[in-house]
Amino acid sequence: GKLHGVFFCSASHDGSLYSRPFDESFEETPMLVAVLTYMGYGILTIFGYLRDFLRHWKIERCHIAREREEQKDFVPLYQDFENFYTRNLYMRIRDSWNRPICSVPGGQDGTGGTGRVVTDVINLGSYNYLGFAENVGPCADAAADITVKYGVGVASTRQEMGNLDRHEEMEKLVARFLGVESAMAFGMGFATNSMNIPALTGKGCLILSDELNHASLVLGARLSGSTIRVFKHNNMQSLEKLLRDAIVHGQPRTHRPWKKILILVEGIYSMEGSIVRLPEVIALKKRYGAYLYLDEAHSIGALGPRGRGVVDHFGLDPCDVDVMMGTFTKSFGAAGGYIAGKEELIKFLRSQSHSAVYATSMSPPVVEQIITSMKCIMGEDGTTIGLERVQQLAENTVYFRRRLREMGFIIYGNNDSPVVPMMLYMPAKIGAFGREMLKRNIGVVVVGFPATPIIESRARFCISAAHTKHMLDRALSVISEVGDLLQLKYSRHRMQRSVGQPFDDNVYEDIDD
Amino acid sequence: MVYFCTLGPKQSWSCINWAPAYHLILEGILILWIIRLLFSKTYKLQETYKLTEKEKEDLIEEWQPEPLVPPVSKDQPFLNYDIVTGPPSHKITINGKECINFASFNFLGLLDNERVKHKALASLKKYGVGTCGPRGFYGTFDVHLELESRLAKFMKTEEAIIYSYGFATIASAIPAYSKRGDIVFVDEAACFSIQKGLQASRSFIKYFKHNDMEDLERLLMEQEQEDQKNPRKARVTRRFIVVEGLYINTADVCPLPELVKLKYKYKVRIFLEESMSFGVLGEHGRGVTEHFGVNIDDIDLISANMENAVASIGGFCCGRSFVIDHQRLSGQGYCFSASLPPMLAAAAIEALNIMEEDPGIFTVLREKCRLVYEELQGIPGLKLRGEQFAPALHLQLERSFGSRDTDLKMLRSIVDYCLLVLPNPNLFLPIPSQSCSCCLSRPVLFTPFTTYTKLKALLH
Repeated sequence: GKLHGVFFCSASHDGSLYSRPFDESFEETPMLVAVLTYMGYGILTIFGYLRDFLRHWKIERCHIAREREEQKDFVPLYQDFENFYTRNLYMRIRDSWNRPICSVPGGQDGTGGTGRVVTDVINLGSYNYLGFAENVGPCADAAADITVKYGVGVASTRQEMGNLDRHEEMEKLVARFLGVESAMAFGMGFATNSMNIPALTGKGCLILSDELNHASLVLGARLSGSTIRVFKHNNMQSLEKLLRDAIVHGQPRTHRPWKKILILVEGIYSMEGSIVRLPEVIALKKRYGAYLYLDEAHSIGALGPRGRGVVDHFGLDPCDVDVMMGTFTKSFGAAGGYIAGKEELIKFLRSQSHSAVYATSMSPPVVEQIITSMKCIMGEDGTTIGLERVQQLAENTVYFRRRLREMGFIIYGNNDSPVVPMMLYMPAKIGAFGREMLKRNIGVVVVGFPATPIIESRARFCISAAHTKHMLDRALSVISEVGDLLQLKYSRHRMQRSVGQPFDDNVYEDIDD
Repeated sequence: MVYFCTLGPKQSWSCINWAPAYHLILEGILILWIIRLLFSKTYKLQETYKLTEKEKEDLIEEWQPEPLVPPVSKDQPFLNYDIVTGPPSHKITINGKECINFASFNFLGLLDNERVKHKALASLKKYGVGTCGPRGFYGTFDVHLELESRLAKFMKTEEAIIYSYGFATIASAIPAYSKRGDIVFVDEAACFSIQKGLQASRSFIKYFKHNDMEDLERLLMEQEQEDQKNPRKARVTRRFIVVEGLYINTADVCPLPELVKLKYKYKVRIFLEESMSFGVLGEHGRGVTEHFGVNIDDIDLISANMENAVASIGGFCCGRSFVIDHQRLSGQGYCFSASLPPMLAAAAIEALNIMEEDPGIFTVLREKCRLVYEELQGIPGLKLRGEQFAPALHLQLERSFGSRDTDLKMLRSIVDYCLLVLPNPNLFLPIPSQSCSCCLSRPVLFTPFTTYTKLKALLH
């Protein structure tokens, strides 16, 4: 369908940085809803204290696990207050999470839980953007062959016996896919960030990290020992101010110049559904001489006309991004992560990365799945399935978002992002929404505090290329039904534009470790 | 003016009359000073000078960052990996040459076991390869739940939790319990993933000498004296001891019974890392607790990875529900990362089945370890380090050749000799690892199926 065609650029930047419309919106929380949400949390807290009191005085039986008798006089392992939220709020609706699956996590699957199995549940929760989570087809066949030939485990690290020929081939393929010189793969996406950022920066370096970065990026930044400063989410003026101040004033107290400045951003932020303003970030990086680390965990394969990620989406040159990182879990239906960039960077990581020295290398069938699915997306297997899936995903995304907006729900994020957060706000609706949707055979993911701010709990839909239009229509009608039942259609079509918001001087905090 | 509080209002006013004059004057000056401070301008200590825009632009122009990565020389020893073609089992093809594999951690020889492969294949046909989500969001499969309950039953604990990456297991478990302000006593030879976990936890770390219980006791006593000075703080400071069952860096075993005694004496909790000893030590392969006959409930947390004996990928922690359940919301590598692919979990379950059905393989492994240990003694120029029953041994250079680089080159040349010069099929000693702090060659590893008669012939 037709997009709004609105340009979002601040007054100081050139509008021509963007070759296509960048349509992002985060509608403001209605006042009444905010008040009711706070009241809801207040009531839950009071009840929580009451129940704690009853449990303490043994009026109510305590079902949770307790410390051993022999260790009763040890220092308690958990502070009472730390677990208040878990005990009293999370436990009530914990069936919304950790729902076990007993089939492929594809477009439709069977979910089991609390002793009963529900079949043919439309899966709007798994990160299966291009639909490669399947147990039939060329990817599964290739993985099956390799399992028979090579086995499942490797039992050695990359530097020792774990470097199979398949690993080398996969890394060359990843480099070709992204259009960079060279790449290196690791067994876990989380560990890729947390073990490689410390190799790139250290003491005397500065890390500028987005407000809403993933836990792995935050952990990697902390472990590196650099100074961390946070800029407001996707806010380019905030980032520019931090860069200027950093270069002009240097390190705190000593005023020595910084050794390096590294900007950490993500391609798609999975809780907000927003896409990073990459053209502006690259312009800033070039102007001020900083380095850019782009985490494309959710955007690789899911964005761009050829599925090459957020760089492809904006039509930019991959060589402008110094370190491109991504994971194979989401769009490729495998597991693991990669880092790609210039030849020197990858050579350095091969010899210095902690993962290569201490951690076991990837399992052969997983590597095979990555190779086959990547070749499929690139079209090198001789079919156009990959390209069709990329286009299908883009169509599904636009359609789904448009329909939800028309129904009157508040949706966050960019119009092109396949991650669709829908606001719920009130704590009781979190549990209710998840349960009602499962009753009607739709599996959704609901998220609350602490992954989101306390009043902004949401349901998050992940669109997949495996969803047919029929599935999406069915899901949309069910969502509308449940939305009417729970009164979730908050939108008043007063969408507040995201850029151009003025900010004050209390934008950043120094987090010295 | 303390007496203002103790008198009633009527009486208070009468006090002003007989208060001394200097007192009133002092109070008056104080009030005027407070008013002045309230209305004076604030100033930031940092910006006592202001730069002009031009100066700022100049500074920005002049600033040159360091290159993102330092240049890597061509003969950096770990730059080029050896390429393995074909399956990595007890015979392995490296750089085109077929060798006997003494380098993988394939302790029970399960890497090419047909049953394991068959089960993995069946799981692949049912679930596909990836899980497409973390455990909380439709990434939990019934296979994961089954593996967790099987591991708990095997280790005779209440609960187990699996991670998708062996390295991340202990590195996520430690920061989930030990926070800023807590104290952790760690052995000096602890492996790298423990060190990363400690770094992430921001607690106070106290190292004690490797396997030296007196040193540990000394540290604990010093801590006790500190506690007596500040009992309020001591009541909320958690204490932990982190040790490994079989140390990967020195190939010897920790003295677990003494540690348990120290635990109850000084009220510290024990975290045991059993990556090398799970599936190796003990009559049924349950690890170092079974080896020493220690009650498993005395250990608060046991963590191991499934990448060695179990020949799969991933790791697990097991212990009492009270301890383990906390990681389901606080373990970073569990909550924020995709779950283990179901075929790898199915392979691990089958490996556990094999371990349970036939406890004889552990005896076979121990026997072969003993034989290799005896054979490797007395090689001129190399010293053998490790326990007799350790499946991974270290061969250390007896004297150093100068610098660390020359030593590494020497070790690498030994490895190349074994690889290239000796006749087919030959023995492959793994490359010297940079992970050890002193010059050790990486463990000589061993699977139960290698013929040790050939080994004997080669070494003499």
